[in-house]
Amino acid sequence: MTALLTAEGLHKSYASTPALAGADFTIDAGEVVAVMGPSGSGKSTLLHCLAGLVAPDAGRVRYQGRDLAGLSDAERSALRRGDFGFVFQFGRLVPELSCVENVALPLRLTGTKRKDAEARATEWLARLEVDDVRHHRPGQISGGQGQRVAVARALVGNPRVIFADEPTGALDSLNGERVMELLVQAAKESSAAVVLVTHESRVAAFSDREVVVRDGKARDMAGAV
Amino acid sequence: MQRTYTRGLYVVCIVAGMSIGHTLLALLEAGPRHGYDLKRTFDDHFGQDRPLHYGQVYSTMSRLLKNGLVEVDGIEAGGGPERKRYAITDAGVTDVDGWLRTPEKPEPYLQSTLYTKVVLALLTGRDANQLLDTQRAEHLRLMRQLTRRKSGGDLADQLICDHALFHLEADLRWLELAAARLDRLAKEIHP
Repeated sequence: MTALLTAEGLHKSYASTPALAGADFTIDAGEVVAVMGPSGSGKSTLLHCLAGLVAPDAGRVRYQGRDLAGLSDAERSALRRGDFGFVFQFGRLVPELSCVENVALPLRLTGTKRKDAEARATEWLARLEVDDVRHHRPGQISGGQGQRVAVARALVGNPRVIFADEPTGALDSLNGERVMELLVQAAKESSAAVVLVTHESRVAAFSDREVVVRDGKARDMAGAV
Repeated sequence: MQRTYTRGLYVVCIVAGMSIGHTLLALLEAGPRHGYDLKRTFDDHFGQDRPLHYGQVYSTMSRLLKNGLVEVDGIEAGGGPERKRYAITDAGVTDVDGWLRTPEKPEPYLQSTLYTKVVLALLTGRDANQLLDTQRAEHLRLMRQLTRRKSGGDLADQLICDHALFHLEADLRWLELAAARLDRLAKEIHP
């Protein structure tokens, strides 16, 4: 089976400080991989490199066998809009838009008509159990609801890879758990891979395996025990 | 061999530190029961994979009877201890109340095997980071089992798995902190 996403010898420094000093691993379709490690270990840098948000200084990221560095900016942007979905610690919803408009946004950006986009967005809001707040703006809903809306937005375009950076970091245990259940369930149903950056082991327990980052070095723990 | 962590196995860990007498007494608050019913109710809630022995139930009930915490509510024809129906007394209710209100003694776990291993790894110049990573992987393996079990389980399963998950998480948080402090620890051990 061809790996969906591959990291090969990734290195990245910021102002001569190494953030990533060697990352080699693969992620298959439908896999949920937790990226763990202490603060400042390079977890988020690794996620940004894998998602093509940041170019590594050395090494390669391959998506479906294609080197991300070989793509044009427009091709990389298209990939991030179409094939990749993103969930961050604080939903990063557009405050001026309603929840349904937020979720419909990725579809609107790829040319889907408003009515169709909002119909699909509403379906996803229902799957994430927040369709009752679809006409609310982000400022009018709770953190847990906002994060579910963010997950719906990440999934609405049927991405192949979901990048989630501390998706439950701002939530209490119960809400965090529900967001993880819904995220993983939805990803598994659509065979999407999830790259889950987290420092919480209870969140990492939703993954299939973990990659541990320490001092910029990533270690795939598959088969470690 | 991989051990499957079931509700019962975790309950064993929890029950090991708890009072069976108080538990049986508390179960009687719902109404009088025969010894057999008590055992079955206990097993349903706390002992799926390791049921109480009948002998344990009857010896406990004899003690509670002697101490005035339960009374015999009736004896069915045929005699024998299994025919006795027990009821909790006012003193028994007060005893359960006192037990539930008394906090359990927190245990610092400072002498745990994990702690000993980390210090020994440092003392002997071994790679403690590797020890921590391997232990984390093992903890996570169990946490994944519990997380899966929770998603398909009833409320009792969820509560039991949460209890185990939070304890495993506490271990891991300590491991992470230990990893962050390894440099300092190494200097203290090898000044």
